[in-house]
Amino acid sequence: MKEYKTITSVKGPLIFLERAKNVGYGEYVKITLSDGSSKRGQVLETSENKVVVQIFEGTRNIDKNTYVKFYGDVLKFSVSYDMLGRVFSGSGNPLDGGPKVIPEARLDINGLPINPYKRAPPHEFIQTGVSAIDGMNSLIRGQKLPIFSGSGLPHNELALQIARQATVLDCTESFAVIFVAMGITEEEAKYFISDFEKTGALEKGIVFLNLASDPSIERIIVPRIALTTAEFFAFNYGMHVLVIMTDMTNYCEALREIGSAREEVPGRRGYPGYMYTDLASIYERAGRIDGKSGSVTQVPILTMPGDDITHPIPDLSGYITEGQIIVSRDLQRKGIYPPIDVLPSLSRLMGKGIGKDRTREDHKSVSDQLYAAYAEGKDLRGIVSIVGKESLSKSDKLFLDFADDFEKKFIAQKSNENRRIQTTLDIGWEILSKLPEEKLLRISDELIGKYIRRFKDAPNKAY
Amino acid sequence: MELTYGVINLENKGIIYRVSGPVIAATNIDAKMNELVRVGNEGLFGEVIEIDHDKTIIQVYEDTSLLKPGDEVTTTGMPLSIDLGPGLLGSIYDGVQRPLPKLFEQMGEYIKRGAEAPGIDRKKKWEFFPLKKKGNKINFGEIVGYVNENEHTKHFIMSPPNIQGEIIDIVGQGEYTVEDILCKLDNGAVIKMYQRWPVKVPRPFKDKMIPNAPLVTGKRIIDVFFPLAKGGTAAIPGPFGSGKTVTQQQLAKWSDTKVVVYIGCGERGNEMIDVLTEFPKLVDPVTGGPLMDRTVLIANTSNMPVAAREASIYTGITIAEYYRDMGYDVALMADSTSRWAEAMREISSRLEEMPGEEGYPAYLSSRLSSFYERAGIVVTLGGKIGSVTVIGAVSPPGGDFSEPVVQNTLRITKTFWALDSNLSQKRHFPSINWLDSYSLYYDSLKEWFESKISIDWDRTRAEAMRILQKEAELQEIVQLVGADALPPDQQFLLDVARMLREIFLQQDSYHEVDEFQSLKRQFSLLNAIIRFSRLGNNAIENGVEIDKLLKLESRTEISKVRYRKDFESKIGLINETMSKEFKALLGEQ
Ligand SMILES: Nc1ncnc2c1ncn2[C@@H]1O[C@H](COP(=O)(O)OP(=O)(O)OP(=O)(O)O)[C@@H](O)[C@H]1O
Ligand SMILES: [Mg+2]
Repeated sequence: MKEYKTITSVKGPLIFLERAKNVGYGEYVKITLSDGSSKRGQVLETSENKVVVQIFEGTRNIDKNTYVKFYGDVLKFSVSYDMLGRVFSGSGNPLDGGPKVIPEARLDINGLPINPYKRAPPHEFIQTGVSAIDGMNSLIRGQKLPIFSGSGLPHNELALQIARQATVLDCTESFAVIFVAMGITEEEAKYFISDFEKTGALEKGIVFLNLASDPSIERIIVPRIALTTAEFFAFNYGMHVLVIMTDMTNYCEALREIGSAREEVPGRRGYPGYMYTDLASIYERAGRIDGKSGSVTQVPILTMPGDDITHPIPDLSGYITEGQIIVSRDLQRKGIYPPIDVLPSLSRLMGKGIGKDRTREDHKSVSDQLYAAYAEGKDLRGIVSIVGKESLSKSDKLFLDFADDFEKKFIAQKSNENRRIQTTLDIGWEILSKLPEEKLLRISDELIGKYIRRFKDAPNKAY
Repeated sequence: MELTYGVINLENKGIIYRVSGPVIAATNIDAKMNELVRVGNEGLFGEVIEIDHDKTIIQVYEDTSLLKPGDEVTTTGMPLSIDLGPGLLGSIYDGVQRPLPKLFEQMGEYIKRGAEAPGIDRKKKWEFFPLKKKGNKINFGEIVGYVNENEHTKHFIMSPPNIQGEIIDIVGQGEYTVEDILCKLDNGAVIKMYQRWPVKVPRPFKDKMIPNAPLVTGKRIIDVFFPLAKGGTAAIPGPFGSGKTVTQQQLAKWSDTKVVVYIGCGERGNEMIDVLTEFPKLVDPVTGGPLMDRTVLIANTSNMPVAAREASIYTGITIAEYYRDMGYDVALMADSTSRWAEAMREISSRLEEMPGEEGYPAYLSSRLSSFYERAGIVVTLGGKIGSVTVIGAVSPPGGDFSEPVVQNTLRITKTFWALDSNLSQKRHFPSINWLDSYSLYYDSLKEWFESKISIDWDRTRAEAMRILQKEAELQEIVQLVGADALPPDQQFLLDVARMLREIFLQQDSYHEVDEFQSLKRQFSLLNAIIRFSRLGNNAIENGVEIDKLLKLESRTEISKVRYRKDFESKIGLINETMSKEFKALLGEQ
């Protein structure tokens, strides 16, 4: 351990020191202020005449006379099985008045990359009970599937519904939910926690809270602490851990703040050029490991600034994650919950978890056909708004009606409605059965024979 | 350039002055540009990327946490080089050619730093078959013998490109390790089963030829409309989720090539394990052996060190060139070149270089072109003909093709497969946009298709393209007035265009029959649709109502024939039905 009192400047979340010898890159730093309070930090750059440190709790009250302690090690976090059921702050201190956690292990919060050769391909379907997800964009254990939303849209409600309802068919293994708040309001946080308490989810859950009023730089470490915890439960205790992180947009803002304090050359729209790599170091911590029974599944939530999916935050996320669930303002306006727009949504791992022996043999065909038909119906809406419905052919009119049916019957459901996957697929067949059979190009004759006829004979009996 | 088998270095030591992420500066060291150095107590690998007065700037291929000023830096006397020899096929490497299974043995499930593992096994024995005798003169890069790398691949052992001479001694047929000396030359040089090659230096060849044969991929939209030539280059840009990776993996599976080098550069770990679990079970369409036997994987995922991401592209292309030098056709997929460019940008910004466009370094363009320049069909030093075809994915921010990486790539590559998220959102796959994409090879490949597949190839293709282009024009009118307002022949054209899109351009990558279609089948399918179009137009001219055409049995039948194993007989039947149906329609008039 080394201690220096050589701060030359304090700028935003950063402090700069001179004549600090033998300081390692990434080293863990602690500062004790005159009032006895302490702050933690990490070395961003080190050289013989300059050391740059980011301070997670913010630099308020630091001055040139402050002592800075260097620990000769990277930032580690103490984890323990007893963390289940507890609420922690963004830097991992208990917030629930409970006792301090007695550590079982101290782990580097940055984790280590999983050797790609030892990853196990995710393939277990998680039933969320939400048709737009299960039927069209299935979530798979070990996947990273973010929710792209906009401010004021019901993404929190959706995330909670997923957390409440998520189950793996025919499986009794233990699971846990880790909830990570980054810069959300106290009200939002209360909403989450009270729901967790009400439904009993907290017993099997851990909450890390960094609120809007907390230091923004803490947002850099909170997802890392949470994922370190998740990996510990997944790979030491063989548990299936679902990590919900909200709001990644606030995380990225914190990243930008550090970048500008360092006077870095900014990348697109002022975000650091290394944001892709940085986000990857979070998202790639989802997955399964060959030979280990647990898994880490991530559902990060981010609000797209200006509802713009090409904004660097959703854009870089989409390039790393294994799909995205898009929450749409249009559907919200129509009063549809959950307002998930399935067309731009995607689950890249879906194919691995569905089908015969997993969900049902017809799953892929139904989903492909629903996509194609809904896309066609939506295109026709555009035409109708200009030339009117009369000019459409009979079959076009059916597609137009289909799009409405799809939104009202398939997508829409109650926030406490937990649909079985069979029900989801049956609703799909029911609405498809109103289209001309020869237009159902994505479905084999055999499946049409087996399923569609049922609904022609007995409409509305599916569920 | 000197080529050595071991590390014979005159060590030169310096110390770290500054550490900033993957970039360090060292002082008091005498290192050459691009020289490999070892950094810190753990001897992490790094490469000299700039020499600035008394400071030597080094990019480190591994995590630099806890490196500090004063730590030692040692030169190795060599540039970053990789092992080339038997045992490459079927391997999975990180960006600097360390075998990932070896890293697992050494340090478990996670990648830690400081591991050393040679690219090919030094102890494994291979049966060597000599093809030369004592007294033979050996030229640069000439073949002296071979080993069977696997059941289907003869791995030719060549003299390194800078070694020639007269054989004074050569071993007989028998089992040897890659370290054993196989051949001694009169000038003291020796030939072993493997050679080392600096990755940033293109391997030399005698002559570059003009590509003249297609890389057959089994994908209709590619083979028919935008073919890639063996030895050619292709760019496949598209926003996230539009199908770059799936397309590249499909080409890795189905292309008629001898060797595939697949580079996962800064992308997802799960995508690599996908290939690793799937390929050993799949059948190589060329040899019938396991697909993994022709594949080399380079995996530097997005959470692995950034500098090694930069190296992975060079490691991959060097392996590709090496198999080319044996006279083989090699296809290389790089997913994604944007991550490579971003790695350059990240390193360059740590150097505080003057940034060019969008923060990329000014040398972005020259790095990209020197990479794609390493593609080509060539006469090798040993006098054989071999090729390297390069297919690079590009991941433009916000899906905007005007950004620097796409633009600089398009200036060099000759095939452009433009992925379109409007198509992928409708689940139209492969979501290659048929109006924006192009292939500059088509004209020189036309003759090949006409002589090998059908004399009508070009005519049929052109007719199909005309219909698709006309559709795009008509769509604009339809948006304004509705389809009903169009005359019957144009309504019919819209229907045929729809058939082309849904039946021909779309192809299901997850259907065991549809995922690969031979050129002959591709042509018969296209021909049947175009024939339907011609007969239909004639019928309309003769007053047949369009509704009747849409209900014909042959039209419905065409739509599902691509899924059938008995495609040939079925398409024959469809053509017969079509003739009968149209005859009957005209008879009614
Ligand atoms: N040819 C295809 N057939 C069927 N599905 C496809 C095809 N191409 C893409 N898809 C679907 O689209 C998804 C995304 O494709 P892919 O992973 O190739 O996108 P990408 O362009 O590589 O995205 P990123 O830039 O984020 O890596 C796939 O998971 C698959 O569901
Ligand atoms: Mg991809």
